[in-house]
Amino acid sequence: MVNTVLFLIPLLPLLGFLILGLGYRTIPSKWTSFIGPGTIFLSFILSLLVFFNFHHFAISPFRHLSPWIHVGSLDIPFAFLIDPLSALMLLVVTGVGFIIHVYSVGYMKDDPGFNRFFAYMNLFVFSMLLLVLGANYPIMFIGWEGVGLCSYLLIGFWFKNHEYNNAAKKAFIMNRIGDLGFLLGMFLIFTTFNSLSFNQVFSQAKSMTMGDPTIMAITLLLFIGAVGKSAQIPLYTWLPDAMAGPTPVSALIHAATMVTAGVYMIARSNILYVLAPATMTIIGITGLATALFAASIAIFQNDIKKVLAYSTISQLGYMFVGLSVGAFTGAMFHLATHAFFKALLFLGAGSVIHALGGEQDIRNMGGLRKKLPKTYWTFLIATLAIAGIPPLSGFFSKDEILLHLFGHSPVMWNIAVAGAMMTAFYMFRLLYLTFFRNFRGTEDKLHHIHESPPVMAIPLIMLALLAAFGGLLNIPGLFGGGDWLSGFLSPVFADAAAVTALPATISHATEYLLMGVTLAGCLIMIWLAYHRYVKKEMGLLPDDASHSFPVKLIRKKYYIDELYDLIISKPILLISRFFHDVVELRFIDRMVNGVGNMVVWTGSTLRYIQTGNVGFYMFIMILGIILILFLNILI
Amino acid sequence: MTTLQSIPIQYYLVFCSLLFSIGVVGVLIKRNALVILMSIELMINSINLLLAAFSAYTNDPAGQIFVFFIMVVAAAEVAIGLAIVVLIYRTTHTIDINVLNKLRW
Repeated sequence: MVNTVLFLIPLLPLLGFLILGLGYRTIPSKWTSFIGPGTIFLSFILSLLVFFNFHHFAISPFRHLSPWIHVGSLDIPFAFLIDPLSALMLLVVTGVGFIIHVYSVGYMKDDPGFNRFFAYMNLFVFSMLLLVLGANYPIMFIGWEGVGLCSYLLIGFWFKNHEYNNAAKKAFIMNRIGDLGFLLGMFLIFTTFNSLSFNQVFSQAKSMTMGDPTIMAITLLLFIGAVGKSAQIPLYTWLPDAMAGPTPVSALIHAATMVTAGVYMIARSNILYVLAPATMTIIGITGLATALFAASIAIFQNDIKKVLAYSTISQLGYMFVGLSVGAFTGAMFHLATHAFFKALLFLGAGSVIHALGGEQDIRNMGGLRKKLPKTYWTFLIATLAIAGIPPLSGFFSKDEILLHLFGHSPVMWNIAVAGAMMTAFYMFRLLYLTFFRNFRGTEDKLHHIHESPPVMAIPLIMLALLAAFGGLLNIPGLFGGGDWLSGFLSPVFADAAAVTALPATISHATEYLLMGVTLAGCLIMIWLAYHRYVKKEMGLLPDDASHSFPVKLIRKKYYIDELYDLIISKPILLISRFFHDVVELRFIDRMVNGVGNMVVWTGSTLRYIQTGNVGFYMFIMILGIILILFLNILI
Repeated sequence: MTTLQSIPIQYYLVFCSLLFSIGVVGVLIKRNALVILMSIELMINSINLLLAAFSAYTNDPAGQIFVFFIMVVAAAEVAIGLAIVVLIYRTTHTIDINVLNKLRW
């Protein structure tokens, strides 16, 4: 019974995918509107069931479902692991997934690929659940690859646009680099521990020494996988381009769930990571650099979805920073709250885009506060949440990471606070430019603006509630809360906590001070954004306007895409061209054609033996027989 | 020792080789398709005779069984060969193989 429930959670979305995928030509879209979100809803109910009966699962978290791979000493069962960490992820994936599915029913209503869209979305949820539930690395890897595939399919959903296809390919190839790291990490785990199951690997790892080079290699390789999937420096450039997909896809895959898979994976392998302090340092630097770097790009972006994309990269950076200082709970907490408010921001952006008939440039928006009240209010809540304004969810989760960071290194804390201030600035810039002052688009568009239908508005409100109150999950003791999430997740991170040194206790006074500084910084930034974009209406320059060099550098996203193009794509293209023009055409083609020409030449020469004279044939035949006889005698 | 075995095997060998060679030469030098068929028949029969002789000398009936099979096949072959010759004659009014050289490069 217990196993069946667990099994059904990923199976239902798979079933939905099969029904919608196989019958996408015949199933009327009215049914799809129920099947698509329905399967996810049932999974969500089952996840709740698992969550509220968690004590049943806590007795034996490893659920063996069937044997799978059994070759020699390699034994990988098809098993699920249901512990607090995966239970939390289950709720996030199915809960947010369901809300976004409902929203998609309205958003994708008139799209000819309606059924295809929901088939892909269901497949995505299935893969994500597999990733989250797997009790060993290979099953996690299947989910890992599955979400990558769905990401590719959904970015290139409108496949008639060539640019979108290129964006999809870019995402897929970038992820492939990371996946190679993951795969190599898995091989190394197997050669080291002779197993790939979480329980066996982790229990053996516990007895390893701190800073073991093998563990360091494993964690670094796995981290490369996380860098690719979670869009960190240097593999982040695919995520902004991934905004080519429909907006619900950006909300579900490229904000709430898939891109957080790297964070989940590291949190899952926490014991390995705490044993590799060098890797942790690298993760910390990467995360911090990404958080700051992406935030600075977001300030100058003019595409509503691109701003959010860079914001996502930046927030993922925060999660990695949190992981790197051992704040696993903080990172998971931020993952959950980020899933709420970032999904809400994307859905709100989708609602704006929908209302404006496809317009994505914030320079052509403005004044939408009155026209789209529901979107405005929900968007405001999400913006406040991501900016870290109490008592919204983002405040608590970001603060927990920052607090751990301060205990670890005040310098890192300073940089992270600078990033948080930038976050507040670019988010409020986005909000002000979109919803304040007057509409800057054409008169024609102004008349067509309409608030989204209830099927889209209700998910916005649901997510707004989550974004507002998600912080209640883990209210720190400072505010009289019980740190519920920390307590809930503590069994997962118990081994890691035992290995790491206790963080320096920070007095409540310091804690208040740190919060106050961060909050004050963010409020100043909000005021600055208000001053620039509401009072003065700046930042509406066209793309070709001239700027001073640093601004131009950031506006052009530090020329990173161009740099990659120059140092990777161009040389590969050059080599490919060389191989095509010289090696292929001059050598291989000539060799292959030479064989063919020789056969033709031989045939055309030898055919003259076919004289048509029967006597001659027989003469040759008998000559042959005599020859064979003679050879027999001779040899 | 049976009556057959009283004649030395070399006699059979020489006789059959001669018979076979006559057949070969017939095939090579004759232009008439019918005579060529007959020459082929001669070669087959020389082989049959040799098989029967060896069979008798080694007291192994397998050789004689073979002979029956070869006879059956040869009969079928002759029937088809003659039918082809008849058809060729009907269409070209000749059975001279040197004239029948249309099937070439």
